[in-house]
Amino acid sequence: MIPLSHFLVLGAILFCLSVVGIFLNRKNVIILLMSIELMLLSVNMNFVTFSHFLDDGAGQIFVFFILTVAAAEAAIGLAILVVLFRNRQTINVADLNQLKG
Amino acid sequence: MSFQLFIFYVFAIIMVFAAARVITVRNPVYAAMFLVLTFFTAAAIWMLLEAEFLAVTLVLVYVGAVMVLFLFVVMMLDINVEPLREGFVKYLPVGILVGSIMFLEMVFLLTQRYFPSENFPAPAAKPANYSNTEELGRLLYSDYLFHFEVAALILMVAIVAAIALTMRRRSDTKYQRPGLQVQVKKEDRLRVVSMDTESKS
Repeated sequence: MIPLSHFLVLGAILFCLSVVGIFLNRKNVIILLMSIELMLLSVNMNFVTFSHFLDDGAGQIFVFFILTVAAAEAAIGLAILVVLFRNRQTINVADLNQLKG
Repeated sequence: MSFQLFIFYVFAIIMVFAAARVITVRNPVYAAMFLVLTFFTAAAIWMLLEAEFLAVTLVLVYVGAVMVLFLFVVMMLDINVEPLREGFVKYLPVGILVGSIMFLEMVFLLTQRYFPSENFPAPAAKPANYSNTEELGRLLYSDYLFHFEVAALILMVAIVAAIALTMRRRSDTKYQRPGLQVQVKKEDRLRVVSMDTESKS
């Protein structure tokens, strides 16, 4: 039988990897969005784990809603990215300084 | 080591490897493919946790829709990767330091010390006719009906926002004007000419 802590540690590894990903790829908006998706996945992993071990369906309902919000976020984020690239011909975060006073 | 634990370790190793490649690989297309692999193995691990419906949803919605959208956008944009990689090596030590400190803190909290196996025993096996989908559906359409409606509204807002952001009107495109088309009268188009009858000679 798989103990609870195994799943929690796996979620922690995923979360830390995505934080490191945000550190490393701070110029590339696409990889930043992917790192955020990874973070949401690690949180979902914890929800599913506790839903299983506490035998409560509410955790899985939460995962359902997180998936919905993540899909909406990805759609809007990528739409913003496309508009950004159309206007600036770059997705480099360092070049996005138009709002700087 | 039980067979389930072995399966868990196999999938966990694949998942961590794929997630690590997502953040280190040079080409964003490969990063998207590794993200697909990560979601796939996550779905397998959710199967181990008896969350069958969510595992299938993850593959269908995430791999099937969201990641395809990612791939579309990555391939549509003509990105020069080199300037985006600068600072990678520079921030690598800081990233690894912060990541490992966070990881050690989490492991300190999440292992056997505060979540011992005795306090969280594995739940009793479900009967053979138990349906995870049925259980989720019952919860979703009774206890969480309002939240479900709000989720639908969020998706609606996302559609409207994405279309409103990316739609552009070009000046050289030709459009129909349905209002003017409907207003056309017979007199505008049809001309009745009175003329003599022709006959075969």
